[in-house]
Amino acid sequence: MAEVLLYRDIAKQFTGGQEKIHVDAKDVRALLRALDADFPGLGKVLQTDMAVAIDGQIYHDALLEPIGTDSEICFLPAIEGG
Amino acid sequence: MAEADKEFKWVGTRTIRPDGVDKVTGHATFGADFTLPGMLVGKILRSPHAHARIVSIDTTKAEAVPGVKSIVTSADFPEITKDNAIKGESPPNFHELSQNLMARDKVFYDGHAVAAVAATTRAAADEALALIVVQYEILPHVIDVDDAMKPDAPVLHDDMITAGIDPRPEKPSNVAKRIRFSKGDINEGFAAADVVVEKNFTTQPVHQGYIEPHAVVANVAKDGQATIWCSSQGHFMVRQYCAHVLGRQIADIRVTPAEIGGGFGGKTTVYLEPVAFLLSEKSGRPVKMSMTREDVFRGTGPTSGSSMTIKIGAKKDGRIVAASAELKFQAGAFPGAPIQPGCMCCFAPYDIDNVESVGYDVVTNRPKAVAYRAPGAPISAYAVESTLDILARKLGMDPLALRELNAAGQGTRTAHGPTFGVVGYKETLKAATNHPHYKAPLGPNQGRGVASGFWFNVGGESTASVSINEDGTVTVTSGAPDIGGSRASLVIMAAEILGVHVNKVRAVIADTSSIGFNRHTGGSRVTFALGMMVTEAARDVIQQLRERAARIWDIDVEAVDWEDGEARPAGANAGDFPPLTLHDLASKTGAGGGPINARKSKNVQAPGPAFATHICDVEVDPETGKVTILRYTAFQDVGRAIHPSYVEGQIQGGVAQGVGWALNEEYIYGEDGRLQNPGFLDYRIPVASDLPMIEAVMIEVPNPTHPFGVRGVGEVPIVPPMAAVANAVEDAIGLRMTDLPMSPPRILDAIGRKG
Repeated sequence: MAEVLLYRDIAKQFTGGQEKIHVDAKDVRALLRALDADFPGLGKVLQTDMAVAIDGQIYHDALLEPIGTDSEICFLPAIEGG
Repeated sequence: MAEADKEFKWVGTRTIRPDGVDKVTGHATFGADFTLPGMLVGKILRSPHAHARIVSIDTTKAEAVPGVKSIVTSADFPEITKDNAIKGESPPNFHELSQNLMARDKVFYDGHAVAAVAATTRAAADEALALIVVQYEILPHVIDVDDAMKPDAPVLHDDMITAGIDPRPEKPSNVAKRIRFSKGDINEGFAAADVVVEKNFTTQPVHQGYIEPHAVVANVAKDGQATIWCSSQGHFMVRQYCAHVLGRQIADIRVTPAEIGGGFGGKTTVYLEPVAFLLSEKSGRPVKMSMTREDVFRGTGPTSGSSMTIKIGAKKDGRIVAASAELKFQAGAFPGAPIQPGCMCCFAPYDIDNVESVGYDVVTNRPKAVAYRAPGAPISAYAVESTLDILARKLGMDPLALRELNAAGQGTRTAHGPTFGVVGYKETLKAATNHPHYKAPLGPNQGRGVASGFWFNVGGESTASVSINEDGTVTVTSGAPDIGGSRASLVIMAAEILGVHVNKVRAVIADTSSIGFNRHTGGSRVTFALGMMVTEAARDVIQQLRERAARIWDIDVEAVDWEDGEARPAGANAGDFPPLTLHDLASKTGAGGGPINARKSKNVQAPGPAFATHICDVEVDPETGKVTILRYTAFQDVGRAIHPSYVEGQIQGGVAQGVGWALNEEYIYGEDGRLQNPGFLDYRIPVASDLPMIEAVMIEVPNPTHPFGVRGVGEVPIVPPMAAVANAVEDAIGLRMTDLPMSPPRILDAIGRKG
């Protein structure tokens, strides 16, 4: 199962402080749905102006990006360059 | 086989710049160069107040001026409610963008646009502007970020409740948002430290300082279809923003990019374009608007100023065990300071178990902040890299050795979340340590400083096409403005894949109706993202060419190789045919199945991040306080330098801007909140005589996600300079400068206080 790493403040708000969550999902969309099912509202927060890092690589607007069974997943603020 | 593993013919060579001749001979057409028959002159009336309620605007007398054809105020803009502020997948907030373009109920800064006029002559437009009567109710204002956070500060937006605080505040304030990034246990980390260093820093907002002011020509036809010519960092961005702000459909707006005279992030938004659109629509004539330098300073966004506190704890051997940052960034009139990247980048170069970055996005009565090279990262890096220098002195360690001991590398989990893949930070440190510059002797009042920096880089939505012309030449078409040499790099990559001479390949930046969507040029993305699209399109073209040759030779396509720009039988079993060149195949496209071209579109992902380490030598004149940069060497992991001269130029330009940020640049406001130095005479950016030759050392750690190993190179060079200069100043005169700019009066004052 993929390991999802959440920011402390988000974890405090949605998961009772649990910062690492293991989820079985084939892509980012499925992952968000699974997180939202277990922690209502979390999926929406993680989609709002957020990017996702899958195994260290950062993706923007990447709902269909595949996730490996042992992937490390982080959600972080979307990056805007100059 | 990945392209990155091959020997290259064109990649890495210094080919003649495609835009060079036009620019040096004055033929290049910039935003202000475009004209149309019957064109009007558009000008903007700006607020003289830092914060005021607009009681009324009377344009009656202005309308009567001979030659005046149209006047617009906020009443001509559709009102965009907060509920309808976000369109599509990402920012900006169009409610705030609309208010920034033309003040609606309040003006929020000196220079905020309140009305605009289009007239047959500049004189008539000026006369009309002077006759527009605006009644203001002047309100108290706040310029400084720390002042804006005080409980009794004038509040800019009555409905702004700080996000990110639990429980939610009940009263409005100037703090739009609080964010926090953390890893490990910060308290445990500091408790385990043998040495702890804590310091406060401030930086000033600085302008991108592009040489070309904003300029646009808009022509709106009677049926509402509009054509816009302008220089920007993204003509698709201009089209999208105009459509959303004005409530039009995107297909009715066509934007053609002009050559651009610098952007550095400052042209990733619109200021004039929607205004010129409305003036043209109301007058029925084309309208041209060009900013003066004063307009640029008063009306467009700099990057944020800041107030920061950094704390770092380490063991006696130099191993950092805890680090924290509190960063307060001023956003200007509307939220949107680059506080998130500021927080995420500041400790990214280091592998630290216990980290916390807390950031505040704070509004003030200044122009709204907009992106500037690696937005946010240079600001927080100045504070963190200065604190690291203090720590190194306290530990008695070499500052590069301290960084190397704690450097992040492949497998390091960052405080902002992701674990790094292949990155080249340690390589930059090693190269700096071993460079002759680091060992060169220094004289009296001279000092040496080092600093490092990180930037994410981005990819984004990209479209490019490769077309084979009838004579075998090649046209590469893309839709992201070329600011830093992307045409050259796209040509080189296409030539490399196709096996043709670069002189046979030309690159074009197409208008919004002639190519698919492209995200704007920014985030150091174009050579990476569009390079990937051009590479894929060129490979597609090669496949088509092989199929043509196979048909001509009546053999299987798998029996055709493409080498050195021609189709060849793949070995003796494929048959004995003379090669077919690109010219041979291109000249027979009619009989061969039609034109040969390919278009590729993708939301390009996974850009490789960039790291840099800089060494700076300064001399400080103790009598005048002037800091002279004696020598500067920048080491950067560039992934793969497609065109090394452009990469060096990006590095040198970033350093030059960083030196200006460090030593001289600042906005000076009077007690009345009015900007007192809106011009290059009083807002001092570096000129050639202020700088030595900046040596750029390119280190190539190829980015594994790109066919040629490209990483973005344009932003990270501006991240280390302020700290590198500050650290060199301390080395020279033993004074830690914690407030930017380190201008002669500030240095003299510090020397005086030291006694």
